[in-house]
Amino acid sequence: MSWKQKSVAVVGAAETTRMGKIPDVSVIGLHADAALNAMADAGLKPSDIDGVATAGISPVELAHYLGIKPTYADGTSVGGCSFMLHVRHAAAAINAGLATTILITHGESGRSRVGAGGFGRSPSSLMGQFEMPYGPVGPPTMFTVPVLRYLKTHGLKPEDMAPVATIQREWAALNPRASFKDPITVDDVMNADMIAWPFTKLMCCLVTDGGGALILTSAERAKDFPQKPVYVLGTGESVETPMVSQMYDFNHSTAFRISGKKAFETAGISHADVDHLMIYDAFAHLPLYGLEDLGFVKPGEAAAFIKERNTAPPSGGKPGGKLPLNTNGGGLSYMHSGMYGMYALQESVRQMRGTAAAQVPGAKISVSHGVGGMFAASGTIVFSNEAP
Amino acid sequence: MPPRMLPEPTPETRHFWDGCREGELRLQRCTSCQDSYFPPRPFCPHCGSRDVEVYKASGEGVLWSYVINQRPRPDMGTEPYAIAVVKLAEGPTMMTNIVDCPQTPEALQLDMPVKVSFSKQSDDISLPLFAPVKG
Repeated sequence: MSWKQKSVAVVGAAETTRMGKIPDVSVIGLHADAALNAMADAGLKPSDIDGVATAGISPVELAHYLGIKPTYADGTSVGGCSFMLHVRHAAAAINAGLATTILITHGESGRSRVGAGGFGRSPSSLMGQFEMPYGPVGPPTMFTVPVLRYLKTHGLKPEDMAPVATIQREWAALNPRASFKDPITVDDVMNADMIAWPFTKLMCCLVTDGGGALILTSAERAKDFPQKPVYVLGTGESVETPMVSQMYDFNHSTAFRISGKKAFETAGISHADVDHLMIYDAFAHLPLYGLEDLGFVKPGEAAAFIKERNTAPPSGGKPGGKLPLNTNGGGLSYMHSGMYGMYALQESVRQMRGTAAAQVPGAKISVSHGVGGMFAASGTIVFSNEAP
Repeated sequence: MPPRMLPEPTPETRHFWDGCREGELRLQRCTSCQDSYFPPRPFCPHCGSRDVEVYKASGEGVLWSYVINQRPRPDMGTEPYAIAVVKLAEGPTMMTNIVDCPQTPEALQLDMPVKVSFSKQSDDISLPLFAPVKG
């Protein structure tokens, strides 16, 4: 390794004070609320922050709004996993001496659309020329396009995706902040309103308002902060295609595989070491691609792995699965503002601090894996609560 | 119904849209490594060579994957429609719509042969849509 990732830790982490419907706060207000909460969590003031990173708005807007005069700014914006990339870049930046204390924020008025931009593509962009003329209406009709091919390759049916939603709802039931907590069955999932066949509404994420923020510093300094440090063991990132129709292979995400491999390699861990896993789930197929492309199971095995409750919480006297997945309820049941990656990271940090609503007992290593755009990008972070 | 969302060609893609207007599906291939690719660009994405040529493709392929959108975009009418990807005989995949075919899972079978059919939208733009190959 050319640089020491292990010397960086998360010392501040928080979500917005409220989640769900927040019609009285604009996008930048959500960023600021999360940032102030994370600073309070870390015992810091804006003047203590010397690096900023964000997506959705510019790091210039963020820094000036909070009165931060940084020596480092990262505006990487590749969709919902941008925050995983921000963590990765922040770790490198801290190690290189570009900044000491880096704030990463997310805020999105996904539901209320207060101070939010539109979902537009220029008709001269590649997507504008070669996808938009055929009628896609946002992510539910684009992210989902490769799935029928994946299902046919592995001899699966649409209902094989339903347990992703039902089991994540079980996790959500344990989380007081989750948007949806009532139990659902496979029949409920399959009989819900059809959005874009074969995807029903319960296979699609929520649309809510909210935000989150993280503060990273060197592991040396981390010991002096009020919260238990959460160390960054390994990181990965990749980008693939701006057009879902041009994925290299509809059966897997090339970006997932590159990002995940790099994260596991730099962390020096194997799959058996992972106690807790977050896989960005904007739609029910993403945990299937994620489990396979990260290498937890072989191609085509993820649906059965989830159905057999390997990722489920304890239930009816039965112990929980060996690989607790999306323990906040995920984008399907917890919240999804548009760029969900920040909430996956927040849940990983909570699990490593031992403060999650559905805490995995004794968890020492958590992996947070994100997707950006419609299979456009990926970022993976390996966290631990033990100093490397 | 508002006018359909249409592409605005760029210098790098003009040959493709000119071809569609003239009833030809035009792809590009590398004269070094012979790989066909899509969408258009003036170099080979496999080997980086700038020695590429435009050629008339067969217009044949198979239905590779799709979803059936139940909430039609205003410019697409009022009925559910499939947003499809075809895999062309020459190798590349391409997003499109499937025409002359019920927009149902029963009718839209993966791997069924399809052939291009151009749909005139304006004086400049015809969209390459695909229809099942009969019999």
